Amino acid sequence: MRCAETGYNLEIDLSRGSIERVETDPRLTELHLGGQGTAAKIIWDRVPPETEPFSPDNLIIFSSGLLNCTPVPGANRCIVNTISPQTNLFVNSMLGGYFGTEMKYAGYDRIIIRGKSPNLVYLWINNDKVEIRDASHLQGKGAMETQGILQAELDASAQVAAIGLAGENRVYGASIEHASSAAARMAGVVMGDKRLKAIAIRGTKDINVAHPIELWGLCEPKYKSIADDPENGDPMRLDPSNDAWHMENFAWGNARERRRGYFTEDVYKNDVTTTDKARLRWVGCYNCPKMCKQMLELEDGRKFFTKCFNRLIYMMAAYVEDFSFSYEMLARTTQYGMDGFATPQLLAFAVELYEAGVLTNEDLPDFPADNAERFFYLLDITVRREGFVGDALADGVYWAARKIGRGAEKYDHNTTKKVEQVPLKLGKVNFPYYLMYATGEKMSITQIEGSYPQAPEPDLEKRKKLVEGWEAAPERFKKWFLEWEPRVDPSIEESVNITDWNEMMHYVDDSIGTCAWLSSFRGQFGCRPAYHMYNLPEFISYASGFELDTDKLWKIAARNRTLVRAINNRRGLRRIDEAPPADHWKIREHEKEQAYLDGYYAFKGWTNEGIPTKETLNKLGLDYVSEDFIQRGILTSDGGEIREG
Amino acid sequence: MKGEKKKVKLIKVNLDKCIACRACELACSAFHAKPKYSSINPARSRIRLVMDVLNDEYVPIRATEYTKSECVGRQIFTINGKEYSECSFCGASCPSRDLFREPDSGLPLKCDMCEDELGHEPKCVKVCTVGALVYEEYEEEVNEEVKEKEKQIALEMGLKSLLDKYGAQRLLDNFVRMSRKG
Repeated sequence: MRCAETGYNLEIDLSRGSIERVETDPRLTELHLGGQGTAAKIIWDRVPPETEPFSPDNLIIFSSGLLNCTPVPGANRCIVNTISPQTNLFVNSMLGGYFGTEMKYAGYDRIIIRGKSPNLVYLWINNDKVEIRDASHLQGKGAMETQGILQAELDASAQVAAIGLAGENRVYGASIEHASSAAARMAGVVMGDKRLKAIAIRGTKDINVAHPIELWGLCEPKYKSIADDPENGDPMRLDPSNDAWHMENFAWGNARERRRGYFTEDVYKNDVTTTDKARLRWVGCYNCPKMCKQMLELEDGRKFFTKCFNRLIYMMAAYVEDFSFSYEMLARTTQYGMDGFATPQLLAFAVELYEAGVLTNEDLPDFPADNAERFFYLLDITVRREGFVGDALADGVYWAARKIGRGAEKYDHNTTKKVEQVPLKLGKVNFPYYLMYATGEKMSITQIEGSYPQAPEPDLEKRKKLVEGWEAAPERFKKWFLEWEPRVDPSIEESVNITDWNEMMHYVDDSIGTCAWLSSFRGQFGCRPAYHMYNLPEFISYASGFELDTDKLWKIAARNRTLVRAINNRRGLRRIDEAPPADHWKIREHEKEQAYLDGYYAFKGWTNEGIPTKETLNKLGLDYVSEDFIQRGILTSDGGEIREG
Repeated sequence: MKGEKKKVKLIKVNLDKCIACRACELACSAFHAKPKYSSINPARSRIRLVMDVLNDEYVPIRATEYTKSECVGRQIFTINGKEYSECSFCGASCPSRDLFREPDSGLPLKCDMCEDELGHEPKCVKVCTVGALVYEEYEEEVNEEVKEKEKQIALEMGLKSLLDKYGAQRLLDNFVRMSRKG
């Protein structure tokens, strides 16, 4: 009997119309812990670097986290992985809500989709009965609207993930929407390319756990402790001081301007009254006592969810100082299925091009003068790929700048590895952050940072208090944090360790399905995450039956992280690509930055080009990767690197 | 007439407080699994969150009695412009639907307030940290006269239905046979 997982994959080939239920090897779960880890292994095995992202041979994999459907509160993530047409690299994306858990109750740990359907279709998975169905009646329908239509047609209890018009039109920033959640960062475009409008799932099967009494004993008190703990959950959910911080420290427009002192009493009132008036309810994800998302309703009855800081970012990107504008944008982008991180940046970039004269009235006929109307206009042409500009913008900032030309490239100043970043423009380099931006492969800093505080705590007493109960931190980090004085750069050793720990926690979450607001992202604020490297082994062992301790868990996370790097190395990722946006910090220290990067590569056991060595790979049980690297000439036969020229 | 006291157990539901986490379903199915907590399956839960996420509707319903036939109630309720049948929020395990039936056997499920968990509130309440489900216990005095009358009515109703179904002679024969057996 398999515990915590179902032991089955659902393999769908949309070209052939074939559906297979395939039993999986439990050893693979012990090596990768399911979720994104196992998906990375499948992508390594089955999507060679010659496969183009828009090839039918590209896979899109929806994985349910290993701890989903066990009593572990907050484990519910569905991780979505594929190869992106925007970057030609691995995609890290995820959904909260109920989709990943329903998949498991239907009897599948993951859904692996290959091929490409000739016509728009959707999947209907009702336990063992799986059908590829015609979706012509859903063509052009909103991503949320589609969920409602399919629930009415199939089963009110079905959980649906759907793309909107953006995904159908292969817009690179298309999201996959489900209930209160959305899979951002370039997943929706591949679903659209495969002509897959939606996946609807209904599951009524059991998930077994290995040590029931022990696991329940650990989990039951966790519901209350998580619910009551202000150091867990999304701190942005209802805290005007947090809104103030983001609106004053994140940059407005095309990631250009910080507006200190912006959040006045009037702004506060606009924030609270507009939001209170529209709010129907705070909601949580599956089996999580936190309520991080809210459903808002506009006067005309349109409803949508807000999550994270997306309710601030549209008004900031457009310079429209009214929360109701952000809500209008969210109502529209949720139905279109557009990424809440990339879209505001993309539209602000286009407005800037127009204002700079790079785009003209000829490019944008009847372009409005009003900032809000401009965003609506640009959103519509992007989602529909209308005209030269709409078609260019649909490929994201990086490619749009190059398609438009005329000097547009210099306005693309806030992308890394061709992906739009959060609009942060700061003063002096923060070295752990330099490393995370440079070497991260999740394409968003929020998916990499998170366990170690961003800045030193100036008050020594407060510092000591934070460290005293900091169960999540390995000892060395406590010492470093205690000694970290303001305006002092963490050393190379500290910085590489901080980066390593931060990213390892995310790789753990992405395998087991726990929400980053309870673990990998949350520890940096307050140092009290509900889940961490020291308590998770017990949860995972009790649920799955695998023997696990902190060292083993860390090694699995390192294996998964290295495998994602290897997939990207094989697709061409090298040191030259590892750079934060050029103006992320005003004052740069290039030599020092490169020394830190050298330090990180050395710490990781990677070559000077950022490629894991044979020794590193083999130590992690990734011998098949080193063999492939040597065969392809990415590594020399002695396991070192091959230098260009 | 002085009556005896009986303990009444109650779960109050506040729909406005529900955050749609469905922990109630998970905990219930875990508690009633055999061995206890060994498996999770909301389809086996005796409490279900009937929900329509896109319309902000979340109603936790607990499994009540088993009925062997559909009821005749066919009222339609309109809430916020959306129509619901009388069945929508009914807790009965009935032949008209799959709700509150074991997914494998089809046997009916009924909330037992987690009775073998002595001195504790039901699991669904325990994990509902937002107070959408609140457990209450109180003692109610049972009036003996009313109790006797109720017993008599129940007896007569039962006998009447048996008489209607099997006839007086067959009922009498069986009554005599079973009485002899002691």
